Amino acid sequence: MTHGIPEAGPLQLSGEVNIFTAAAIREQLLARLETSPRLEIDLAEVSEIDTAGLQLLLAAKLTCQSKGGDLTLVHHSAPVLDVMDLCNLTHVFGDPVVISSN
Amino acid sequence: MSMEEALQTFFAESHELLQEMEDRLLAIPALAEEDRSETINAIFRAAHTIKGSAGLFGLDGIVEFTHVLESVLDKVRAGQLMMDADMVSLFLDCKDHVARLVELQESGATLSTDDQGKGNELVARLSVYLTDTPQAAVAPAGEASHPAPAHPTDSLALESLGGNVLDNDNWHISIEFGTDVLRNGMDPLSIFRYLGTMGHIVRVVSFFDRLPALSELDPESCYMSYVLNFHSEADKATIESAFEFVQEDCKINILPPHSRVADFVEAIKNLKQDDLRIGEMLVKSGTLTQRELDAVLAYQTAQEQGDSASQDPHKRPLGEMVVQAGIVQPEVVEAALHKQIQQKKAKSRQQQSIRVDAEKLDTLINLIGELVIAGAGVNIVAHRSGQTDMLEAASTLSRLVEEVRDSALNLRMVQIGETFNRFQRVVHDVAKDLGKEIELEITGGDTELDKTVVEKIGDPLTHLVRNSIDHGIEPADIRAARGKPAQGKVRLNAYHDSGSIIIEVQDDGGGLNRDKILAKAIEKGLVEPGIDLPDSEVYQLIFEAGFSTADKVSNISGRGVGMDVVRRNIEALRGNIEIDSQYMAGTTIRIRLPLTLAIIDGFQVKVGNAHYVIPLDMVIECVDLPEENINDGHDSNYFSLRGEVLPYMRLRESFEVTGETGKRESVVIVKYGNTRAGLVVDALLGEFQTVIKPLGKLFERLRGIGGSTILGTGEVALILDIPGLVQQMIRKSHHETSRASVKE
Repeated sequence: MTHGIPEAGPLQLSGEVNIFTAAAIREQLLARLETSPRLEIDLAEVSEIDTAGLQLLLAAKLTCQSKGGDLTLVHHSAPVLDVMDLCNLTHVFGDPVVISSN
Repeated sequence: MSMEEALQTFFAESHELLQEMEDRLLAIPALAEEDRSETINAIFRAAHTIKGSAGLFGLDGIVEFTHVLESVLDKVRAGQLMMDADMVSLFLDCKDHVARLVELQESGATLSTDDQGKGNELVARLSVYLTDTPQAAVAPAGEASHPAPAHPTDSLALESLGGNVLDNDNWHISIEFGTDVLRNGMDPLSIFRYLGTMGHIVRVVSFFDRLPALSELDPESCYMSYVLNFHSEADKATIESAFEFVQEDCKINILPPHSRVADFVEAIKNLKQDDLRIGEMLVKSGTLTQRELDAVLAYQTAQEQGDSASQDPHKRPLGEMVVQAGIVQPEVVEAALHKQIQQKKAKSRQQQSIRVDAEKLDTLINLIGELVIAGAGVNIVAHRSGQTDMLEAASTLSRLVEEVRDSALNLRMVQIGETFNRFQRVVHDVAKDLGKEIELEITGGDTELDKTVVEKIGDPLTHLVRNSIDHGIEPADIRAARGKPAQGKVRLNAYHDSGSIIIEVQDDGGGLNRDKILAKAIEKGLVEPGIDLPDSEVYQLIFEAGFSTADKVSNISGRGVGMDVVRRNIEALRGNIEIDSQYMAGTTIRIRLPLTLAIIDGFQVKVGNAHYVIPLDMVIECVDLPEENINDGHDSNYFSLRGEVLPYMRLRESFEVTGETGKRESVVIVKYGNTRAGLVVDALLGEFQTVIKPLGKLFERLRGIGGSTILGTGEVALILDIPGLVQQMIRKSHHETSRASVKE
């Protein structure tokens, strides 16, 4: 919390992050990126995430990095952790997560 | 199944596998080099399965040890190492150690230092085989304490470092999702979850190199690719079915685990169906799915069409393509190719020969015999009728019957080679009994003769071969003194010679002692003293009943009783036996046999009202009896054929035929072996296919008659026993010469 936190505060995502919401979320992300390449996303309220959501987050992360910033994910909800675990993507995002017992 | 239950299964399975491993290892020394591969494979599979299962449970100790063992076994399997007695005992020790490790796991005990030391020592000994320079390998057995760096050569060792589960026991699935997958309502994640119900997804690696910047991203397109490491007992088609709904726009590649390769290879080997194509075989074994095959075939066709346009008609084989595409491991394709070649071979062998009940064949030959007789009947009727078209039809019929007869008789022909080969054992045994060193050389094994003859020739031949070894080949010291190699040589040879087959038994032994035989014969009263017999006739004396030169008798064979039986057996086959021998240099015994016993081409003659048949093979020519011999009665037995003196015999007198004499007499010159003789008959009737009917018991011992046949008219004709008659003539002439010489 000492550095890299954008002024606008974390972006709160909630509910479904999937193919149906991806387009809207992409707009939000793009809007945020306009102001700063540093982005924090709070995933605590995410109830469902699919491949579309996942690759959206990935793309956002890569885009931030390419602009010299970074994307940080915090408060991963269980569904998010589950999916990241399944795809072995946790280390790609590089965020500290609570490792699930299984 | 809970983890605990699974573990128990593993223990039980391991014990079984280890037991099998031991059994197979013990069987190895008794197996010939070329028969070992299956056993070695089984041993390898046992080790491999234990390693794989141990890996699943994270039993690193067992994995590490069996891994080294497996690596050595793999080299043995690949033929890079020979499994000798040392290696077998090493493997047995290793098996014990694995068993110990499994037991320790089972009881929950930890590895003692003793066990650790034992394991290290074994690893060191195994590593010897893994290093490429065997010279450097002698040392490690001693320094047992630091074995760990002893297997740096092995790349496979790295696998076990990564995790408990070895990579090569898992399916390797790579999938590149099409852009529209998400839009079509499919989610790769749910596919993975579904896969998870079939087995265990060990690892997923996500690739997102196609992923564009957020500004370029179409949130509804899929940009992801994945590589999955998947552990499952399911087969390829089942696994593929998980991707059923996405496979149309995805690139999926499912590579079976390495441990499956052996199973696939096994499955291919066990395929029962003939005539499978490579692709079909791969699908049947479960390596390739039908969808993959279709895709590859379509690609192949497309390539072909493209190629023909570009004037390069090179068609890549399917096997090559699937390997290159990474769908199938090369070993599996190799196995399939091998199987295909085997099938082709088996097929061509099948086409070459077919097994038929001997009885059926005999029935056929009998029927053809009857057909021949009936055909002769038709011929006679045709001749009598004098109708040209009838004659023509009859002659066509005869020709066909003749061909049918020949091919039918050919069916009964078998190669003598198999009979000859049996003698390898006979020679080996007898030579060992007598303490002699003998080599058997076989030539002409592909010579064919009638099956019945082959069956009956075995015993006489055995006798002759034993005789050669016992009496022919001298003991080593005498051979050395005579300047011969210590190893004696017996040769079996067979070849065809004008309607007969000649079988020779040859040895490079001491040869027959002519003087001794003659002396013995005179002593026995078989030969009258003072008569000069040719060598061949002297040698024939050894076939007389009860004849044996005293110092030649042994318990293996004696040239007395045995040779007499040999001759009778051969004669029963309408054959005869000749001996060529050179004292000190060797003996050749030559058996001459008719090719077949059932039907012959005969030459029909007539004496008085009786018909006789002479085997055509033995007829050389027919001449009129020279004037000076016509009325010479019994005194003379010779006539001159173009200056050559030939013995002759009047069949009328021999068989005491009554009835009218013909206007003139003809002589049929017959040849048997090297002897020629004339038979005086009343009329020559010409060639005639003759079905030989054996004589009844009563007439078996009749001299000069070999059998009977039925003519087309239904009359019976007797078949002359030419060898018997020729011998009779020669004997008679000798007798008379000697009587004449006594008179003088």
